[in-house]
Amino acid sequence: MGERSIVPFGPQHPVLPEPIHLDLVLEDEKVVEAIPSIGFVHRGLEKLVEKRDFHEYTFVAERICGICSFIHGMGYCQLIEKIMGLEIPRRAQYLRTIWSEFSRLHSHLLWLGLLADAFGFESLFMQSWRLREKILDILEETTGGRVIFGVNKVGGVRRDISADTLQRVVIVLKEMETEIKDLCKVFINDYSVEKRLKGVGVLSFEDAHRLGAVGPTGRGSGLQSDMRKLGYAAYNDLDFEPIFEKDGDSYARCIVRIKEIYQSISLIEQAVTKIPLGEIDMKVTGNPNGEHFERLEQPRGEVFYYGRGNGSKFLERVRVRTPTFANVPALLKILQGCELTDVPVLVLTIDPCISCTER
Amino acid sequence: MQKVNPPMLKIILKNLFQKAPTRMYPIEKREPFAATRGHVDNDIDQCIYCGICQKKCPAGAIAVDRAEKSWVIDPLRCVACNYCVEVCPKKCLSMEKNYITPMTCTWRK
Repeated sequence: MGERSIVPFGPQHPVLPEPIHLDLVLEDEKVVEAIPSIGFVHRGLEKLVEKRDFHEYTFVAERICGICSFIHGMGYCQLIEKIMGLEIPRRAQYLRTIWSEFSRLHSHLLWLGLLADAFGFESLFMQSWRLREKILDILEETTGGRVIFGVNKVGGVRRDISADTLQRVVIVLKEMETEIKDLCKVFINDYSVEKRLKGVGVLSFEDAHRLGAVGPTGRGSGLQSDMRKLGYAAYNDLDFEPIFEKDGDSYARCIVRIKEIYQSISLIEQAVTKIPLGEIDMKVTGNPNGEHFERLEQPRGEVFYYGRGNGSKFLERVRVRTPTFANVPALLKILQGCELTDVPVLVLTIDPCISCTER
Repeated sequence: MQKVNPPMLKIILKNLFQKAPTRMYPIEKREPFAATRGHVDNDIDQCIYCGICQKKCPAGAIAVDRAEKSWVIDPLRCVACNYCVEVCPKKCLSMEKNYITPMTCTWRK
């Protein structure tokens, strides 16, 4: 056994958009163990539920994360609707589905860019984000916000999308699909990208299952868990199968996300053809009384919302378990035995969202 | 072994001959979308200073004083969520599509 040394990684590091600290225990250039510490961006948003009434908290829930913001708001609204026993209009559920798939699209394109940046492929990073910009424009046009949409409310949604806009959006997505295919060819076939990703950071199926990996991290290791299959919002009307890969390396996680981009485009198309006419919201009277939990699929994996109301307009407790929180044990396992130079790429392959994790 | 046909080649060639996707920002500005939530505006003549917007604002950005007939918004605290516009009984609040311009904070003690 060689001499061991500890290299601190983060909280400030060029590859990290958000602060997480890892103590990397090294033996020569090999990582033997990684010890995480989190808590740099804790904002106490769960506690805030006692100070903001349950309608206002929708805006707070959306701000738990900057990228998967919509699905946080949607999860919170679904939670309250379940506690209060509300059945929201079908059109609102379809609109929520469309927007959540858009947020998955923009999150995955963002991730592809960040990954390219992490292994030093600057121009690929720019190309991914150029495509993402078109998605953001669609979102701004339909919701009024680029990343914080603010269209959710308890009992439905706050904005409608006209039929013309929906048709136009599908045409734009169809055009984009060919561009995304060209872009993804680079991720799939490029020699240098393969060198950085293939066989690096392998997470076996058993480890993924035992450590509770969620989302594309788990699905890259063959774990077939996709919360959309639970059929919340309008997903039970849409035809799709969870995407998974068997290899469990960084490349597999990348492929899962690339395939999910095409899946999201197909889901949006299906939702647009099936969307019914009608109301987009309903009147909400009374206060939540009781408890419930809700599971949804975010771009990064499963998010878990628990809430308990006591009949007043302030909830007693809201607990959010976000996908990155669930993926940290898997990350530590991935890091064991890797080279020091691969650490930034491996940290990125779980798509870390630290603001989510610390809430 | 180097691959003969680099997968990035098509994108590179396309980029050489197409217009830049970015714009020369301060000179060339993009018109915001009609739906964009930029900033809140109040038609003060219509306002009855009821204070509902102040109560509902999740960011605590609005201060209303009925006795003094004043309605003040802290634009740097406002998150442009549109909630005040929805609850306003007189419909004198509106969401404008332009973002606020950079400013220094002079009203917060």
